[in-house]
Amino acid sequence: MSDFWGLYNYWIAIFLMMVGFYNVIARGNLIKKLIGLNIFQTSVFLLYISMGKVEGGSAPIVGAGISSFSNPLPHVLILTAIVVGVATTSVGLALVVRIKEAYGTIEEDELIAQESVTQ
Amino acid sequence: MNSHLPIVPIILPMVAAPLCMLLRRRTFVWGLATAVTWVVFAACAQLLLQVSTSGPIIYTMGGWNAPIGIEYRIDLVNAYILLLVSAIAALVMIYAPQSAARELPPDRHNLFCAAFLLCLTGLLGITITGDAFNVYVFLEISSLASYAIISVGRDPRSLKAAYNYLIMGTIGATFILIAIGLMYMMTGTLNMADLAQRLKEVHDTRTIHVAFAFLSVGLTLKLALFPMHVWLPNAYTYAPSLVTAFVAATSTKVSIYVFLRFVFTIFGADYAFTTIHLNAILVPLALVGIFIASTVAIYQTDLKRLLAYSSIAQIGYIMLGIGMGTVTGLTAGIAHIFNHALIKCALFMVVGCIVLRLDSSRLEDMAGIGRRMPATSFAFVLGGLALIGVPFTVGFISKWYLLLGALERDWWPVAALVLLSSLLAAVYIWRFVEVAYFRPAPDDATPISAPPLSMQIPLWLLLAATLFFGVQTDLTAGIAQRAALWLLAGGP
Amino acid sequence: MSNFVDIALLAFLALVALAVTRTLNLFATVALTGIYSLLMASIFTTLDAVDVAFTEAAVGAGISTVLFLATMALTTSHEKPHHHHNWAAIMATLITGSALVYGTLDMPHFGDPQAPIHQHVAPHYIEISPNEIGVPNMVTSVLATYRGYDTLGETAVIFTACMAVLLLLQRDRRGGNRNVMAVPDADQRRGGQSMQHAMILRVFSKFFIPLIFLFGLYVQFHGDYGPGGGFQAGVIFASGFILYTLVFGLEKARQVIPPRTLQALVAFGLLLYAGTGIATLVMGGQFLEYKALAHEATHGEHLGILFIELGVGITVAAVMTTIFFTFAGRGRS
Repeated sequence: MSDFWGLYNYWIAIFLMMVGFYNVIARGNLIKKLIGLNIFQTSVFLLYISMGKVEGGSAPIVGAGISSFSNPLPHVLILTAIVVGVATTSVGLALVVRIKEAYGTIEEDELIAQESVTQ
Repeated sequence: MNSHLPIVPIILPMVAAPLCMLLRRRTFVWGLATAVTWVVFAACAQLLLQVSTSGPIIYTMGGWNAPIGIEYRIDLVNAYILLLVSAIAALVMIYAPQSAARELPPDRHNLFCAAFLLCLTGLLGITITGDAFNVYVFLEISSLASYAIISVGRDPRSLKAAYNYLIMGTIGATFILIAIGLMYMMTGTLNMADLAQRLKEVHDTRTIHVAFAFLSVGLTLKLALFPMHVWLPNAYTYAPSLVTAFVAATSTKVSIYVFLRFVFTIFGADYAFTTIHLNAILVPLALVGIFIASTVAIYQTDLKRLLAYSSIAQIGYIMLGIGMGTVTGLTAGIAHIFNHALIKCALFMVVGCIVLRLDSSRLEDMAGIGRRMPATSFAFVLGGLALIGVPFTVGFISKWYLLLGALERDWWPVAALVLLSSLLAAVYIWRFVEVAYFRPAPDDATPISAPPLSMQIPLWLLLAATLFFGVQTDLTAGIAQRAALWLLAGGP
Repeated sequence: MSNFVDIALLAFLALVALAVTRTLNLFATVALTGIYSLLMASIFTTLDAVDVAFTEAAVGAGISTVLFLATMALTTSHEKPHHHHNWAAIMATLITGSALVYGTLDMPHFGDPQAPIHQHVAPHYIEISPNEIGVPNMVTSVLATYRGYDTLGETAVIFTACMAVLLLLQRDRRGGNRNVMAVPDADQRRGGQSMQHAMILRVFSKFFIPLIFLFGLYVQFHGDYGPGGGFQAGVIFASGFILYTLVFGLEKARQVIPPRTLQALVAFGLLLYAGTGIATLVMGGQFLEYKALAHEATHGEHLGILFIELGVGITVAAVMTTIFFTFAGRGRS
């Protein structure tokens, strides 16, 4: 049983990753795919932050009377990863806007259909 | 000054990119970018020389020793890749302005150069670093810049190609991030040398097996090994020719380098080949990829698309060599990284010249081009011969080592398949030869002037290199062999 | 007790993620994504990751939501319903998920203080860095000094994203872009009109925007002592400009901050960061070795952290604002 609660955080993170991953690969709407990608990336952050937590620790900022801290290194890595995530999202959305202007649709099946007509 | 040389290849383009963005005059933009790439090339050449004679270089960022801080760790393997990437960038920069004038929107050149320099920064940063998470950060720099420079093609299909590349590339990068997280969780460190030490204690845990799996899948997405190659044909076909020339020669190669670094230095050849049986997975996938890609290339109607499928096949050759797990096989793989980069860059540059004059890359529009653009067509034939693996070209060197490696392990079927696939390559090169030389030019064909000198010089330099290094193999196979030995011994 | 909060929040998160999958109205989906980010930020807070929670709330719930909405204003607000299940995708997802769950079985348990990651590098950051760097917030000291090179890379990432968005969406000065085949007409109303007629919005935003900027400055400079730092401050600054744009219109916002100035700021921040590194070289240290900037080590560290955080803050604020302006400016013909 302790195994379950000891790993609960990670399993939820994995579940969220898979929901995001499914949205990326299964859905045809280009914006929905990006949302799925966002969820996929954010749940990886949850994995990293969960591993940094120390039982009974506090935030890694020195303060009066605190002796046990959670690990600051995963926090640093995830701060970077969050920025990378939003950068990717903004580039993806810019591409979606241009695709809509060029083709009139952002549904993948309609885009493929247009391609086979022109070729 | 020598002691701070390692940061030049990364920081110089990183600083030049915002400067490029601010400049307005096109000549200044291209001038700055070209100057920067050549200085970077000189620095990388010097670094390779240093490593070759005195051994690995370590540079600590901020003065903090690893594993507390981040360090650069340059050994023979990555010095080789650094030289390759910077050389290709320098040559493409000379080639670029005339090609860009035709294929890029006129008022975006400053942004384009900034993105190009950032792509270069990212690729070099991945190669030079000794910290695993740092690889992820610079991987994303180069990836985002690649999506940007691919999407500025005139053809609106470049947008869809860039989007698909973005989705697949980000999935791959996120898989790599997961793998790094799992490895960090079991060892407590991110520094590559430190990881190599500490992973030995946790080799048998399921977490590390899964980490290896995710790392491999993520990297195969980036390096376009079959079946994760689907983003590549569209991205290479619809991007501007100069972008394809650069990206085809560098970005998949750097991902292959990351694969080598993680598999051989961090996890160790023993773990990869004995515990995980990597050869059982890589070799079949590589062979299938070679055959399917070469066959599909034969049926293409667009020359860029043909070369793109050819690239997928060549990546198959590289992974085949790596999958053998022996010194000869690994030498073949590493040598082919260099050789293929030279050949493909030259071939895409040729296509860029044709597009400049004919405004099309479709084979049917190139009828009779052997007579209308004689030098350019001959260049393509030379490059094609190198691709097939004719003796005295670099392609022959790689195929030779591959065959040797297969025969060493008594893999006769594999050797036969390698020879057979060279025949397939001959068939798709013949498609160009047939159209260019054996079909009459259309009746309304106007005379074509030769492509500008700035586009021809880098092209011929690369082709000369494919012939030179086909004979004088110290730089390619010689260093490749030393690198292979170094990797198999596990590095420092 | 805190365990219970943790478990409940994670369960909510899972439900929201499922809701995102099922909803076809993109506006609702984006709103749910914002809720997802806020829940994630709360979970990060319970997991002691306060800097990360701050950033996730600002970036995930703030900037991402704004960009998704801007994109939807330029494209479409509904997803096409799909009628058949994509079995290949479901299989791929199940295989990946099971592989990951298999990998968790050997992991150290959640919260275990004896886990490998707390033994090796972390004790140096926790015990030695407050004296070595002289900064109470350990995350800032790791981010800005020990792993300052990573943060330089991150600033370059955000700069690259700005380049990409400008390359793709910047309006030609000569007017008209080659790939435009149809100009969407829904956004003519949204892009051209502002909300000036809504008096309450005008008055309140005039009251709030200076407070937002003040808070941004506070976060920028207080990052050494509490949660905060360059990224969060930059995003908060950008949100002030975005609010102004939403209420008063893009034209007025462009007069307040001309795009050319913004682009200069984007470049300046990254150059400031790299320039600090070059300055440390000139003063005789390694690249980004802040000790070399002053005679006393911790003083040098403080100076270095100040400059690079400023560089990060300026670039992030300018990039977020530029990206928003570019998206907003695309809708006009």
